Amino acid sequence: MPHVEMTQHLHRFFPQLKDRIITVPVGSVAKALLAINEIAPGFTDYVLDEHGALRRHVNISINDTVVIDKIKLSDRIPDDGTVYIFQSLSGG
Amino acid sequence: MSEMILLGTRKGTIIFDRINAKWRPRPITHAGVPVCYAARDPRDGTLWASLDHGHWGPKLSRSRDGGVTWVDIASLKYPKGARYIVKYLPIPDFDPESPSAQPEYADATVLKIWNITFGNANQPSRLYAGTIPGGLFVSDDGGDNWELNRPLWNHDSRGGDLFAGNATSENQWNGTPASIDYGIFEPGIHSIVVDPRDPNHIHVAVSTAGVLETTDGGQSWEGRNQGMLNDYMPNPESEWGHDPHFVTSCLGQPDHLWQQNHCGVFYSNNGANSWKKVSKPEVGVNFGFPIVADAKDGRTAWVVPARADAERMAIDGGLFVARTTDGGQSWQTFRDGLPQENAYDIGLRHGFDKSGDCLCFGSTTGNVYLSEDRGETWQSLGSNFPPIYSVRFG
Repeated sequence: MPHVEMTQHLHRFFPQLKDRIITVPVGSVAKALLAINEIAPGFTDYVLDEHGALRRHVNISINDTVVIDKIKLSDRIPDDGTVYIFQSLSGG
Repeated sequence: MSEMILLGTRKGTIIFDRINAKWRPRPITHAGVPVCYAARDPRDGTLWASLDHGHWGPKLSRSRDGGVTWVDIASLKYPKGARYIVKYLPIPDFDPESPSAQPEYADATVLKIWNITFGNANQPSRLYAGTIPGGLFVSDDGGDNWELNRPLWNHDSRGGDLFAGNATSENQWNGTPASIDYGIFEPGIHSIVVDPRDPNHIHVAVSTAGVLETTDGGQSWEGRNQGMLNDYMPNPESEWGHDPHFVTSCLGQPDHLWQQNHCGVFYSNNGANSWKKVSKPEVGVNFGFPIVADAKDGRTAWVVPARADAERMAIDGGLFVARTTDGGQSWQTFRDGLPQENAYDIGLRHGFDKSGDCLCFGSTTGNVYLSEDRGETWQSLGSNFPPIYSVRFG
């Protein structure tokens, strides 16, 4: 099954995601995020806006390819894929 | 007098407690997270902070144990179908003829929760929040759930009911520079004034549109900008397009409202039915962001003046506070205890508050100043804080 790596910044808000292997079903990125939200309720509010689109300063890649569809998160994760959730650099 | 001061800063929430007649700051909370507004609900003591996460979206954080622990609560969300007509920053290569031919629509997303206002004592679970892009949200369960006030969102001055279809009127709400950080140029609601005599009577202030009033609990809204003057539009007396920086009222005489506007200080003694410009540029009172009204005397107010929109800093390197006790006919300036050279501070719109005879303001350069004698003399509570967005007595 695909598994998920994410920035440790998110562990601050969702400590239950720290120090564990997160696996998600094969399918779209949207489906994977919903699976994480099951483990950590409220998680999707941090990475998606109210329309379900990826927040402007958040990036998601499958292996080393940044997802193309940032509106509906329809990019498909292969069985052996790794999803990376990380923040864009900004601020000072 | 209050025993607590809450600061919303670029690096978190800082709470001061008054212990043995001295104000002492606690270690920072929400460390590293910009907090654009923090306040204490006087009805039940709940503390609130509006987190302006750069990456993870705006969130409200709530403490029900006096600030010992905080819980982020569900985000405010625009309902499906909430749209607005896009505005563009008037940059030099912007062609004003081009996009106005047909309105361009965008789905609304909460980008900043700019203000949290508490309902009256007889509505103990009622809260209000003002956002960029220009939404007024209401909660009736202490902040667990929020609903967009649709009559204001659908106001004719914004193009009408865009849930139902395309615009039926012109959008006259312009953007606030405060929205540029979010990659847009859209309006924001930063001031919400609930009449203590009547919870259905509310004023809101919008940058950049003006003041609106409801007398029926938010079912309908009317502009209240008569007498306002702006100096950046072809018609200075236009109904819309005004830039209130902050609006407040006298608790004991709520028909007395005060407005620090981009174009001066304005006062109303008739519930915002009309405004009068009461700036006194000859004593430095004109431009600025925050304004505080006395709780008992509607004719008394304080401002923290700045030079001008093109020079957003203290005037001639010296920081001062000005007070009027006669509805703005005259202003006294007070400098005792405030730096008078090499000061470049500016107080932002939510960065000034009053409790009893105590006043406190914070600045973008991380200074906090307190007065215990109605603004006449000042003491520093610290000069190495992060840039300060809000100051509220608890």
